[in-house]
Amino acid sequence: MSATPLLELRGIDKSFGPVQVLRDVALTVHPGEVTALVGDNGAGKSTLVKCISGIHPTDAGEVLFNGEPVHIGSPRDAAALGIEVVYQDLALCDNLDIVQNMFLGREKRSGIVLDEPTMEQLAAETLAGLSVRTVTSLRQHVSSLSGGQRQTVAIAKAVLWNSKLVILDEPTAALGVAQTAQVLELVRRLADNGLAVVLISHNMNDVFAVSDRIAALYLGQMVAQVKTTDITHAQVVELITAGRSGALGLTTETGSNGDGTQPADSIPGGLR
Amino acid sequence: MTTTAVRKDGPAAVTPPPTIGGHARTYLSRVRGGDVGALPAVLGLIVLCTVFAVMRPSSFLSAGNFANLFTQGAAVTLIAMGLVFVLLLGEIDLSAGFASGVCAAVLANVVTVLGYPWWVAVLAAIATGLVIGTTLGMLVAKIGIPSFVVTLAGFLAFQGIVLMLMKEGTNISVRDEVLVAISNRNLSPALGWAFAVLAVAGYAAVQLLRHRKRVARGLITDPIAVVALRIVGLAVILGTAVYVLNLERSRNVLISSLKGVPIVVPIIAMLLVIWTFVLQRTSYGRHIYAVGGNREAARRAGIEVDRIRISVFVICSSMAAVGGIVAASRANSVDPNTGGSNVLLYAVGAAVIGGTSLFGGKGRVFDAVLGGAVVAVIDNGMGLMGYSAGVKYVVTGVVLMLAASVDAFSRRRATATGTR
Repeated sequence: MSATPLLELRGIDKSFGPVQVLRDVALTVHPGEVTALVGDNGAGKSTLVKCISGIHPTDAGEVLFNGEPVHIGSPRDAAALGIEVVYQDLALCDNLDIVQNMFLGREKRSGIVLDEPTMEQLAAETLAGLSVRTVTSLRQHVSSLSGGQRQTVAIAKAVLWNSKLVILDEPTAALGVAQTAQVLELVRRLADNGLAVVLISHNMNDVFAVSDRIAALYLGQMVAQVKTTDITHAQVVELITAGRSGALGLTTETGSNGDGTQPADSIPGGLR
Repeated sequence: MTTTAVRKDGPAAVTPPPTIGGHARTYLSRVRGGDVGALPAVLGLIVLCTVFAVMRPSSFLSAGNFANLFTQGAAVTLIAMGLVFVLLLGEIDLSAGFASGVCAAVLANVVTVLGYPWWVAVLAAIATGLVIGTTLGMLVAKIGIPSFVVTLAGFLAFQGIVLMLMKEGTNISVRDEVLVAISNRNLSPALGWAFAVLAVAGYAAVQLLRHRKRVARGLITDPIAVVALRIVGLAVILGTAVYVLNLERSRNVLISSLKGVPIVVPIIAMLLVIWTFVLQRTSYGRHIYAVGGNREAARRAGIEVDRIRISVFVICSSMAAVGGIVAASRANSVDPNTGGSNVLLYAVGAAVIGGTSLFGGKGRVFDAVLGGAVVAVIDNGMGLMGYSAGVKYVVTGVVLMLAASVDAFSRRRATATGTR
């Protein structure tokens, strides 16, 4: 594993008015790994992603990118660092074709004229690099693609830009079984190609299928960040729903839980 | 491309090399999938022309009437070209008709009442269009009022402004040589031919160059035969049109000769080329389609959506100004009803009949020209057959309804086949 994490968050706080959504959140993301970000609805996953991608400013805390402290004030800053987000609703234009969508907002031009051949070639190379073989024509309108193919295009769009960190928000939420497998395979391949990947998901099967690390948020606090191999399915569910599981998770709770079972399953890699 | 470890094993899609048959099949399946494009308008135009040609062979098919079609349809077509941009965003500009009236009134006031040269008047008219468009666009994009309401208010207000500029109902004549020539004079036959040759040569050069570039890069191309067919098709259509327009159409040659391509035709053609280039070949045009297709996606892609939304209203009102100038030239005057009555509805109709979607995201500038031709043929043919204005309006209304149904139907069809 590489020494410095690609992205490191320390003590991130974020409030919307009186509501504190993120409380002293820490997160490390390593290149070549898939980090699954799990948590119940309202745990702060989306807010955390929006802070990383520059949509929301943070109230406190520091962000280190490649070990250097950085300030991400806008989506443009995030893009400049090589952070790309694939949103849940994909954000593709149905009336444009695959190439047009992949280069949307960042078209290649020669003079004032769009350089279509170059864009088409780059798009083809990127898709080939991801071993995508399901798309018949790059000049197909996105409206004619299946859900999995759309997800593929959205992900390919994110990796087209020399991106270093790709954040995927529930990429399999709306997909069938076969398409989910396809997209997960693609997610794994991104990490194998050396990118850092953050995968937000509710689906434990997906999380255990592709992730190297799991980071669990509970009511705005990062309760654990562990290697996937060191934790069980049930423990993750406990972390998500109760914020603690044995030795893992919150320890300074109100003390309602009996702590007798704690030493029994001591898990290496458990944080905080 | 560093981090993604790209393998150079050619395009991701391995498709058989295209053939003419394959090309035709793709087109057919596209049509069946709901992407009918210009097909209904072309079919409609053929049917209408056939009907009128059979009913009124001597008058409808005369060279004089053919030339009339262009000058009659010019103003509406120009306004429709601007409307395409607004419709592409799924917005509407109901004030475009009277905006053209206001601009025409400014033109007439500057050139006739104030006595400035023609080009000052033209610039003033277009500047008026720019101001109107910016105002409308700001109200829609920045304040957030629906375009329907903003431009409906504009419709009423501009009607009032025209009345005020016309000193409560009189009309102002436009006698400037150059301005009158736009709709009433013709190119010399030789110039007409030169213009046609230039157009075909230019089109051929663009098409062949693009084909060669794509072949050189190993990208999938249309078969060369299809490219050649397109070029020949354009050459035949333009050649026939110029030939017919160059025929003598004066009733009495001894008094005056009347032949050649109306000057307004190259004006429309040039604007068609310019706006098509903007829409299809620049990133600005690409962004218009993106905003029309999915505004949120466009915003996240870093496109300045508000700026795009304002700009289309500016383009629309400026094109309305050009339409107003042409209308003033054709009538030799401007009156309080210039740009009023059916002008706006004909223009919206032209854009929609040509294949531009009212739902946004789909349309071309050429649609306006095609639809404008349909509207002009209906207007002209029904007039020749002696029908009253009432019948003309009803028929045009029905045709617009048909076009809108085709639009809605093909959209449904596209979603049905799109989400297989």
